[in-house]
Amino acid sequence: MISLEHVLVVGALLFSIGLFIALSRRNAVGVLMGIELMLNSVNLNLIGFARFVEAPRPIDGQVFAVFVITVAAAEAAVALALAVAVYRLRQTIDVDRLNLLKW
Amino acid sequence: MLDDLDRIGPVLVMAGVAALIIIWDFIPRPLPAARGKPLLFVALLGPAAAAAWTVSLLLRDAHIGCGPLDPLALSNAPLCPGGGGTLVEGVFSFANSVVLDDLTIFFFFLFAGIGAAIILASNDYAKRFGDYEAEFYALILFATSAMLLLSASRDLILIFVALEMTGITQYILAALQKDRRSTEAGIKYLLLGATASAVILYGMAFLFGLTGTTRLVAPGDELSIASVINERGGDLGAGLIMSLVFLIGGLSFKMSVVPFQMWAPDVYEGAPAPVAAFLSVASKAAAFAVVLRIFFEGLSGETVRGDWADIFAIVAAVSMTVGNVFALVQSNIKRLLGYSSIAQAGNFMVGLAAVSAAEGGLSLGASGVLFFIAAYAFTNLGAFIVVIAISARIGSDQIADYAGLARRAPLLAAALAFALISLTGIPPTAGFIAKLYIFNAAVESNLIWLVVVAVLNSVVSAFYYLKVAGIMFMGESANQESIATSAALKLVLGVAVIGILFVGIVPSPLLDAARDAASVFSQ
Repeated sequence: MISLEHVLVVGALLFSIGLFIALSRRNAVGVLMGIELMLNSVNLNLIGFARFVEAPRPIDGQVFAVFVITVAAAEAAVALALAVAVYRLRQTIDVDRLNLLKW
Repeated sequence: MLDDLDRIGPVLVMAGVAALIIIWDFIPRPLPAARGKPLLFVALLGPAAAAAWTVSLLLRDAHIGCGPLDPLALSNAPLCPGGGGTLVEGVFSFANSVVLDDLTIFFFFLFAGIGAAIILASNDYAKRFGDYEAEFYALILFATSAMLLLSASRDLILIFVALEMTGITQYILAALQKDRRSTEAGIKYLLLGATASAVILYGMAFLFGLTGTTRLVAPGDELSIASVINERGGDLGAGLIMSLVFLIGGLSFKMSVVPFQMWAPDVYEGAPAPVAAFLSVASKAAAFAVVLRIFFEGLSGETVRGDWADIFAIVAAVSMTVGNVFALVQSNIKRLLGYSSIAQAGNFMVGLAAVSAAEGGLSLGASGVLFFIAAYAFTNLGAFIVVIAISARIGSDQIADYAGLARRAPLLAAALAFALISLTGIPPTAGFIAKLYIFNAAVESNLIWLVVVAVLNSVVSAFYYLKVAGIMFMGESANQESIATSAALKLVLGVAVIGILFVGIVPSPLLDAARDAASVFSQ
């Protein structure tokens, strides 16, 4: 039987993996994929809480997840557009080489 | 339903004007060069209509001192027994997720003012965006309308959506100039901002899981985060602390304080000057509005407030120190103001840490934060408007290029020097009163060590603020050509400087407004 703990452990693992990818990848699109993983781990947690926790309106958790998915899509659209703009000017989207602005 | 829409009318008209500008830009016109002026006036319609709508809401719902409307008794009005403010009792709409109270009204006026100031000041600069001039105005208005919504939301879902709407519009704004520095600033801002959002969300998800609701505060006996925390805040244990840490961590990105402050100088330097001004004033005010809503309303139960106040005190001390130390060695004025804004955010946080300071049921910490935000808006806008004017004319943000500015543009130089004096916190300026008031709140809640750190930091900050003033007045420049500025920019700069001076000499009107807004937090 799957309990809340299972969902939360998977959520925490996904979040950690996503954070690791976001911090370690040098390609901007790779970083973005890590961030998407973090957002989806939050969705998993929200749905798990909505399913298992005593709440007057458990549907709130699922509604929250729907909004997170929508916002993540908008954010990804802007991120990819920016990545294209950066690539056109610099011929790279390696975040380590985007170093005009530092200190 | 219509009543509900009426309560968020300022948000809707602001977003409506932004959409109108986008559509208007599609209509082909014979002379693209002639589009600037009318665009400015259409864009100004947004903040003007939002402010007018707020005034009408205030007039319809006002009940000063819980009695009939009496404008003369505006100051020192007693707190209403039901809470929710002295001007407007909290009016809930959209199934209790949006609230119209004194805090909302305060921020409606503040954001409308900041939006109008940025639009007027970028009159010259916006020509640099070429074909994207209309998009610049529209995005500023979209971001401002999202900030209005943010200050009115009392539900985690709505807070998240409004926070992301401000974020995404600002990512685009930062990259709008489409050169190497601007796009780099945009993509750095986006990648870090999205990571911070995910961290905030993780905290919010746990808060929902622990309490079973996303409402921060709700009227009557409806379940809300505040009511759960008050009833069994002590039993929630480690889970609650974890979600607090995630919330503070993610929100510290939005506030640009340690540990997620590094984006601020990078983005301010790379982004176009008007956008940097907008980020440093409006975005920061919005972040503190949401922190006040979440922590002072939702999580203010006796059992947990000590936990997060301690974190805020440490973060405040570290960020003002880090901001000031790094600011000492900067050669770019936008970068210097970026580090200075980290240090100033540390000063704001002194008020958040002083949550236990109260005077007759009124939270001194919260009113201090609100007063500081408004005073800082005048001050930093004043400084940034000069930067915008100079950047639009000489195309440089290097402090070395400000040498001899006192002869080339005496008014601009004097205004910038005055704004820097206010940022340092020297009387008779708004910055001095704001620091005095917020440090007083910290002393009231026994945070003497934090006040000592803050005062020492003010001394350090004087070095780099006054260094810029010194270069402007003492420095020599080969180029003696005077710098022309548009009338619109002079107007807002004048308003900002008079605002700094007025609040510095007669603080009571703004102080009363801040105290009225903070009366929302008195239970």
